[in-house]
Amino acid sequence: MQLNELWFVLIGVVFIGFFFLEGFDFGVGMSMRFLARSQQERSIMVNAIGPVWDANEVWLLTGGGAIFAAFPDWYATMFSGYYIPLLAVLLCLIARGVSFEFRSKVPTERWTNIWDWALFFGSLLPPFLLGVLFTSMLKGMPIHKDMNMTAGFSDFINVYSLWGGLTVTLLCLLHGLNFLTLKTEGDLRKRSSALAKKMVLAVLGSLVVFVVLSWSMTDIFKVRLLPELVIVVLIVAVYTLAYTFITKKREGLAFTMSGLGLALTVSAIFVGLFPRVMISSINKAFDLTVYNASSGAYSLKVMTIVAVTILPFVLGYTIWSYYIFRKRVTDKEHLTY
Amino acid sequence: MDQLLLARIQFAVTTVYHFFFVPLSIGLVFIVALMETLYVVKKDDVYKKMTKFWGHLFLINFAVGVVTGIIQEFQFGMNWSDYSRFVGDVFGAPLAIEALLAFFMESTFIGLWIFGWERLSPKLHLTSIWLVSLGTILSGFWILTANSFMQHPVGYMLKNGRAQMNDFLSLITNGQIWVEFPHVMTGALATGAFFVAGISAYNLLKKREVGFYKKSMNLALILGLIGSLGTALSGHEQAQYLVKTQPMKMAAAEGIWKDTPSPAPWSAFAIIDTAKKQNKFEINIPYALSFLSYSKFDGSLKGMDTLQKEYASKYDQKVGKGTNYIPPVKTTYWSFRLMVGFGAAMILLSIIGLFLWRRGTLETNKVFLKFLPPSISFPFLANTFGWIMTEVGRQPWTIFGLMTTNSSVSPNVSGGSVLFSLIMYMLIFTVLAFVMVYLMVREIKHGPAAHENMEVHHKLDPFDKVGA
Repeated sequence: MQLNELWFVLIGVVFIGFFFLEGFDFGVGMSMRFLARSQQERSIMVNAIGPVWDANEVWLLTGGGAIFAAFPDWYATMFSGYYIPLLAVLLCLIARGVSFEFRSKVPTERWTNIWDWALFFGSLLPPFLLGVLFTSMLKGMPIHKDMNMTAGFSDFINVYSLWGGLTVTLLCLLHGLNFLTLKTEGDLRKRSSALAKKMVLAVLGSLVVFVVLSWSMTDIFKVRLLPELVIVVLIVAVYTLAYTFITKKREGLAFTMSGLGLALTVSAIFVGLFPRVMISSINKAFDLTVYNASSGAYSLKVMTIVAVTILPFVLGYTIWSYYIFRKRVTDKEHLTY
Repeated sequence: MDQLLLARIQFAVTTVYHFFFVPLSIGLVFIVALMETLYVVKKDDVYKKMTKFWGHLFLINFAVGVVTGIIQEFQFGMNWSDYSRFVGDVFGAPLAIEALLAFFMESTFIGLWIFGWERLSPKLHLTSIWLVSLGTILSGFWILTANSFMQHPVGYMLKNGRAQMNDFLSLITNGQIWVEFPHVMTGALATGAFFVAGISAYNLLKKREVGFYKKSMNLALILGLIGSLGTALSGHEQAQYLVKTQPMKMAAAEGIWKDTPSPAPWSAFAIIDTAKKQNKFEINIPYALSFLSYSKFDGSLKGMDTLQKEYASKYDQKVGKGTNYIPPVKTTYWSFRLMVGFGAAMILLSIIGLFLWRRGTLETNKVFLKFLPPSISFPFLANTFGWIMTEVGRQPWTIFGLMTTNSSVSPNVSGGSVLFSLIMYMLIFTVLAFVMVYLMVREIKHGPAAHENMEVHHKLDPFDKVGA
């Protein structure tokens, strides 16, 4: 395997890490407006993700940084081409990030409510927008010979991309509900478990439609028929298992399955892209690939050494911090946020 | 307004705004970590109170610093895609390493620190805050490595019309980073110290929690002196490096049009006429510029007229005939003086404060105490003017000698998009600024004793209005 191919895989892994981890805290954030019955329950939900959401978000920043370093042309084409959607993602992440810190600072219901709304929209819109972004990337965007993208409204927003956005949002919501079932007690835990059970069916439904749309509107099943079919079968199996585990109250396993579901969905996108990183809807010859959009061999080598050295430490202390905060969050303890 | 100008304004606005929070975060978390160390070593509860109180103020600031930083990583690709294509191979690496090495560490251990008071042993809890501090410093190192490449490109070769890294070691041993990094870090320490000193002074004036604020003030004054003196010394080093690597920036910062005599005088005040390329009026301090540039009392500096000719013969083939290599002179000249002026005021205030402390009259000297709260703004102003001088003084280059700003901008992004995003950023920045100041003032008014009470309301029944 060449280094630029390895970096494509690594970036895929970083995005899997991002959706697996931030996926559940997005899910918790978006469910707080309808799952919680009181301010108290909302606080419990926020505190359940309080210690970890910030580090989870770093996976996205690392993904962006890795694309910049390993594939400068991918970074330049995507970030300038998706200007407005990315601006929206940024504004949501800003509002969300400060609301964690701000929400409990003034003890009035009105104040907390304002920041809880910010947290809600800040958790709902980014997975939707990123879903739109990745699916429209799969479909192909108007990329010209000079690698610059000039997309119009219908390139961003169409049936396929909207369905992609919706699907990713539902996947994150289910993952968040499974996390809450794992991390809370009593009534809240029962309600999130019951909703998660219903959500699995919605997720499976939306995934089936997504596969059909992908079949007709993209070429991923034409270029990679067998791997994509295997992934689709695995996704169906994983969510079926998730349903079983939720029913049997095997909460840790249910959470693992909804995380695997997200990981497999991200894999389906990256497998479908390879070796392209951006597909041109104008001409195949204008596609950006891991070969024509990557950094030089030396730069990739340096980055590989750095990543291989640091990543084990990152994974190590991340796992340790989850271990430290393994207990369920209840109203009997001191709530920080 | 055209897209290039808007993109430049956006870069200036988002970067300056972000850099209000960065130095305060770096400086304050270091001070908080020192306070917690004192607590763990001395087991004196006043240090725990200090850790919690200043730690809360740090967290409010840190939250805004983090979220405004995300814009920075996205902005290069969004507004400056041609720059990103040309230089991503070299410039992207430190950014990716920053995320991998620093952001993960900061964000994981800040979570452990905030939520870990009861779950971690005192030593592990202390280690967490030191790792957060280390994370902020490492983050500074890698982002300044990227910036240093723009000031003084090294460790690359040109291949297929773009810069490619060929020597990582020289990228991180770049002379520029080793004058820039200490300057920014000591500046950050001074920022944190003046923040603590100013708030302590305000409370000492009001005679609130005198013991608590006196202890905070003493620590802050020592760190303030180390920070501000360190900034001046490393700034001196940086100026000398500048004379060698970016003489045009130095000439603009000093308002020198014609080559200076040897020894060169330093201009403290000048009325600059950029159209006629001369200064109408100057107040000069003899020998000082030679000393500033070479650490000796002779030696001349090249003026902008000479440098323009030199640069034209060197770079015109690459960037086009008739390019103006002289940056906005007045901005560079005055931001340099304002930076130095505020820095000098900070050194002076620290020395006076320490002197009063030794005489034992610090908490009774009302004149001095009244001076400190407004002086919280000094390091912020000095930091901002420092960056304006560094970045504006480099114009017309994005990467010195390699790529100009007007060829760096995204060719496919409309002026309307940039304007829209600029307006959105300014709106959200304004809201954040108000909320942050409101929360900080609130925390300060509540004082160090209030934190236990502040968090109680979550335990109450939601229909119970006691907390409201």
